[in-house]
Amino acid sequence: MTESAGVQAAHGAHAHHEELGFVRTYVFSTDHKMIGRQFLFLGLFMLVIGGLLAMMMRWQLGWPETPVPGMRWVPEPYMFEGIIPPQTYNSLFTMHATIMIFFAVMPIMIGCFGNFLIPLMIGARDMAFPVLNMLSFWTGMVGGVVMLAGFFVPGGHAASGWTAYAPLSASAIYTGVDWGQNLWNISLIIVGASSLMGSINYITTIINMRAPGMTWFRLPLVIWSLFITAILLLLALPVLTAALAMLLADRMLGTHFFLPAGGGEPLLWQHLFWYFGHPEVYVLVLPAMGVTSDVLSTFSRKPIFGYRAMAMSMISIGFLSWIVWGHHMFLSGMNPALGTAFMMSTMVIAVPSAIKTFNWLGTLWGGSIRLTTPMLNALAFVAIFVIGGLSGVFMASTPVDIFIHDTYFIVAHFHYVVAGIVFGLFAAVYYWFPKMFGRMMNETLGKIHFVLTFIFFNATFFPMHFLGAGGHMRRIWNPMQYEFLQHFQPMNQFISVSAFILGVSQILFLVNFFWSLFAGKKAEVNPWHANTLEWAAPSPPPHGNWGEHLPVVHHGPYEYSVPGVEEDYLPQTTPHALPVTAGH
Amino acid sequence: MWDMLSWLPENVSTYGGEIDSLFYIIYYITGVAFLLVAGAMIAFVIMYRHREGRRAKYLHGNTILEITWTVVTALIFIVLAFMSQPLWGRIKQEVPPTDLQVRVTGKQFNWEIVYPGPDGKFDTADDLQVDNELHVPVNRPVHVFLASKDVIHSFFLPQLRLKQDAVPGRVIQAWFQATKTGRYEIPCAELCGFGHSGMLGYLTVYSPEEYSKWVKEKWPSR
Repeated sequence: MTESAGVQAAHGAHAHHEELGFVRTYVFSTDHKMIGRQFLFLGLFMLVIGGLLAMMMRWQLGWPETPVPGMRWVPEPYMFEGIIPPQTYNSLFTMHATIMIFFAVMPIMIGCFGNFLIPLMIGARDMAFPVLNMLSFWTGMVGGVVMLAGFFVPGGHAASGWTAYAPLSASAIYTGVDWGQNLWNISLIIVGASSLMGSINYITTIINMRAPGMTWFRLPLVIWSLFITAILLLLALPVLTAALAMLLADRMLGTHFFLPAGGGEPLLWQHLFWYFGHPEVYVLVLPAMGVTSDVLSTFSRKPIFGYRAMAMSMISIGFLSWIVWGHHMFLSGMNPALGTAFMMSTMVIAVPSAIKTFNWLGTLWGGSIRLTTPMLNALAFVAIFVIGGLSGVFMASTPVDIFIHDTYFIVAHFHYVVAGIVFGLFAAVYYWFPKMFGRMMNETLGKIHFVLTFIFFNATFFPMHFLGAGGHMRRIWNPMQYEFLQHFQPMNQFISVSAFILGVSQILFLVNFFWSLFAGKKAEVNPWHANTLEWAAPSPPPHGNWGEHLPVVHHGPYEYSVPGVEEDYLPQTTPHALPVTAGH
Repeated sequence: MWDMLSWLPENVSTYGGEIDSLFYIIYYITGVAFLLVAGAMIAFVIMYRHREGRRAKYLHGNTILEITWTVVTALIFIVLAFMSQPLWGRIKQEVPPTDLQVRVTGKQFNWEIVYPGPDGKFDTADDLQVDNELHVPVNRPVHVFLASKDVIHSFFLPQLRLKQDAVPGRVIQAWFQATKTGRYEIPCAELCGFGHSGMLGYLTVYSPEEYSKWVKEKWPSR
């Protein structure tokens, strides 16, 4: 008790923040909330870029070799009077994936919400290492600038896919891309350093800086998800960085790590890449799962179903994600016996994901459900994730994967898993916007945006399963070059039109976001009547988050509709004896 | 249109039917799982929508229920894994013997195809090398030795449910047995550079008589 009182006193002294100038407040800020907002703006900007790249791809696939409207200004040889040549098409899908994964989803879900939420939800005043945190953002920015610079170098941007399979990626002679691929490598090494700084900070903060009473099993699930994400990043990124450095050395220094001509091994790249790459998938999706858990519980006004099972299933995903990478490589030429082993581990990792889904359903059961915009998005995340998870079973089965590997079935699958994260992302933005910016987003506009996004997301990605079942390869510039794909042209056009409407619908989100930023209704301290700690701080919280005293936590984060409590919520800071219930 | 299975290309290989059956089984299992989950979700959202004066249940979980769905899910996945393994073994590990062999080497952006000729041996004078034209007889196993001269390609026969990467620096064996004569496309399924789209060969499956005719035409001295 004396120890925690001492810690509190020390923090109290720390709470007297001096007034900072513009630059220290908005640019080189060490405040976790400002860094979170910076990551959000970076991520949203990149989300728009990544989306536009996808729109251009969809134009080419729907109306092959016709000029993209409004793109005649792009000089040759990158485009010809608005027509996309194959090389540029390869750059488009490479950069669409790279930007969406590393510069949109990661900055928003991990950079923004990790930063913003961790100290607030565990009851700390800031991150453990505020300066490192600032460095993490600015390193990420440098990585982003280097990545975008790749669009302007001779030879065009990287065109070997986001997976950059060697030897295609390992020598400029195979793609004709020289500095584009080099900058791609360098940028990812830089942005890896940024993520590493962030993850060290997250892990340290969550372990050491929880408020008095905030035990591990009183942490909100979104914090659990970010904690496991940070551990995965910490362990996976060095592998990617090493592989990228080797690839860069092959390209620039004449080494032969991945070039068979000099005794190198192309499959080594795939092993290293997917050893990072599969945990990366969980890095992307876990925070969205965490957000969904919190939002579902809040708007069902009901405790999360199976809290410990939820935390444990994320922990087991954290372990299992290291032994499934080979399922990306069933047909790579790797020993078929190894394929069987990886199929088994992949079937196993599906179990914790299924548990999470059932627990989400259990949370809805018997609730008092309010269909707010964040809730609608969280429900959509569950539905979309279920489809993505189930379609994964097809390719986990090695014989079926022989046929659907490298087809649009895979494209459909990973968009349901990874692009489905946008629903978690929107849920998070709509839910925490009031805390971040002190204003509410417009609900009506939010709901219209949700409905359009949900409909056209499915209209875009669901038919891709059919393309894949028909054998339609991914990463092809013009499907009309193939006899057996001719009959898919109407479907490709349908998908393209849906994708355009999906893209245009996002303008509603941006309008809502920026309009609310300046003119939204002022937010109360706890507009959603939620329990977690951030809702005990002012909206938006001041530098240092809490006034004189740190919050004290009395119980878990999901005590909604507690019998004997008049309100249907019970903030973690409100002391109250809880009734004993089953499963508790 | 909405039946995923109707989009599968016609199958013309011996093991293709088994792959398709597995595809069907997984399709039905996942389809039922999806309908159950989506149905429950929609039902709960309607049944338990917010209404004045009704409170949510105060409930943290149900251990028996949680154990049940964990075990049931795990069992389904174990069964699927054990259904998949034998077929995978038959396709990848138990290659049926044959005297028909062919080398297929990917190169940007063609399939280079080498027939060993009547002596059945590669790298002899009667080898025949052509680009993009693979000719085989129906109903006989064919061994394909896949290699690459530059980057990774992937040898894809959609109608025969065969796909296998061709990796520079190694030779990978694949096999198929066509069950129907005809001409089928052989696209490359792994991104291999700017000419990847359109990298395309053709498989011609002959009847035994036509095949002998083709052999005579190519190796008239024998």
